[in-house]
Amino acid sequence: MEFWQNSINVLVLGSIYVLIAVGLSMIYGILRVLHIAHAGIYTLGAFLSLSIMEVTGNFWIALILSAIISGFLGALMYRYVYKFVLKEERIVPLIVSVGLFITMQDLYRIIYGPYKYPFSISIPIPYIRAGNFYISPLQMLILIITGIILIGLYFVLNKTRIGVGLKACANDSQMAAAVGVNTKLTIALAFFMGSALAAVAGTLVGVYDNSVYPTMGSTVSYKAFVVVVLGGFGSLKGSVIAGFLLAAAEVFLVAWKGFFLPRDAIGFLVMILFLIFLPNGLFGRKER
Amino acid sequence: MGYLMTLGIFASIYTILAISLNILTGYAGQVSLGHAALFGIGAYVSAALTVNLGFNYWTALPLSILITALVGALLGLPSLRVHSDFLVLVTIGINFVVVALFKYTPFFGGPYGLLGIPRPSLFGESMNTFEYFLYAVGWATFTILFVYWMSKKYIRVAFEAIKEDEEAAEAMTISVARFKIYAFTISAAFAGLAGNLWAHYMGVIFPGNFSFSKSIEIMTMIVLGGIGTIRGAVLGAVLLIFLPEYLRFVSDYRMLIYGLIIVFTMIFIPSGLLGDRSITWKWTRIFKKGDRVAKNNEN
Repeated sequence: MEFWQNSINVLVLGSIYVLIAVGLSMIYGILRVLHIAHAGIYTLGAFLSLSIMEVTGNFWIALILSAIISGFLGALMYRYVYKFVLKEERIVPLIVSVGLFITMQDLYRIIYGPYKYPFSISIPIPYIRAGNFYISPLQMLILIITGIILIGLYFVLNKTRIGVGLKACANDSQMAAAVGVNTKLTIALAFFMGSALAAVAGTLVGVYDNSVYPTMGSTVSYKAFVVVVLGGFGSLKGSVIAGFLLAAAEVFLVAWKGFFLPRDAIGFLVMILFLIFLPNGLFGRKER
Repeated sequence: MGYLMTLGIFASIYTILAISLNILTGYAGQVSLGHAALFGIGAYVSAALTVNLGFNYWTALPLSILITALVGALLGLPSLRVHSDFLVLVTIGINFVVVALFKYTPFFGGPYGLLGIPRPSLFGESMNTFEYFLYAVGWATFTILFVYWMSKKYIRVAFEAIKEDEEAAEAMTISVARFKIYAFTISAAFAGLAGNLWAHYMGVIFPGNFSFSKSIEIMTMIVLGGIGTIRGAVLGAVLLIFLPEYLRFVSDYRMLIYGLIIVFTMIFIPSGLLGDRSITWKWTRIFKKGDRVAKNNEN
């Protein structure tokens, strides 16, 4: 019974990882930038949802609005920050991204203060229970939203012109521009979609833990990179599978007890080992 | 006065740290955002040796530097297989893992850290703040002189070659693997020294002292001062230690300012305040007679 209960935890945790990592993977696939500031957007999403929720009182409006605003901010970040440093060595955008991230994190601290805000909602989903096994409404909510988003993303990426443009840019953006793809718009769109997903993830975590605070993104930001490394850089399918794998590794290792490190360190150890011995991840294409 | 002295000690320690990161990042081109981990290892090893095992400070000092250098060499191994931005991810990961190790190992005091670390004693008496200030400044001067001396040697040329193009360096018979490990080892040794000085001044250390944000702080110093130069590292360290103390609003928004400094320096003045290609540095060289830089500017 405990096994099934843990499996549900894996699915919920994995969903969050996937939502964050998909955006990162998409951005890395196109720009080859490790976008650490993504975690800043994740926290922003949570705070925006909280604020909009206070004003309107409707969770769904808050979720969608915060996703859209965060998405626009992500696109602006590309337009006004990354664009200037893309021509430099690959290390420069990364350092800029770290700078952006700590700037954003401190801004939230200044605006909202270093407190944990409760974020509780009531949703009309019944409590599923069979013996010792149960799924809480919040877990159900996360699973449903992630499911809808992943199916939607699959259709956008595989069945629409936007998806074709994104793939073309990821393959070779100069070539894509030459055959008439509006690369600037496409890249901005990738940032928009990735950031919107991160904001949704932030909101869901805020609701699930019933707390929103300025530093909520600090471990998550690097965890998401663990997922992206595991899945192979630029591979969306890989990121989805790797997100659930990492969640499974963490939940079951902690449940098994006797692992000498805290949960968060597992991911980093896995990432270091993968980067050294399997740099293309589980599903990445061979590069360079 | 004691307060100024304390700031001076911090500035010395951070100067050593910034210069040590500069060897790794500025000279050899191996960007590390996990330098606080090495700083922490130096501090914790020295603290554990003196507090838990009863060693004398003067035995613990070389031991802590040696052990940090060895760990640094080990941490350098990933850099042989992982490049540029992926190496940064690895170093960030290492920082988190090292802090987690300190936090969860009872020998290192767990989350409460290690207390009662003794000041080094001189002629049977433990140093007061002024003596410790001189001691720290002495080590910082030694570091500056040593790295300056090193930068006139072959090893610096080898580092530059690795930074520019690893394959070309290998073709010129420079062993990339060997010099990368050298860079990590030397850098770690100085970080360990800085950690030692920090631990024995503060008297108490926590895992949180060596977190990822400390790594960013050190990186901010060399980015602001100018990557690849000793003067830049010193200026960055001194500025970022003294500025927050004199401008209250800076100290309240410390991380925000660091972040903005990183972003804007990288975008607008990529070679920092005193880097080799920065306007300010070229401008100071104009007044030097017969200087090659100034001549090039005229031509």
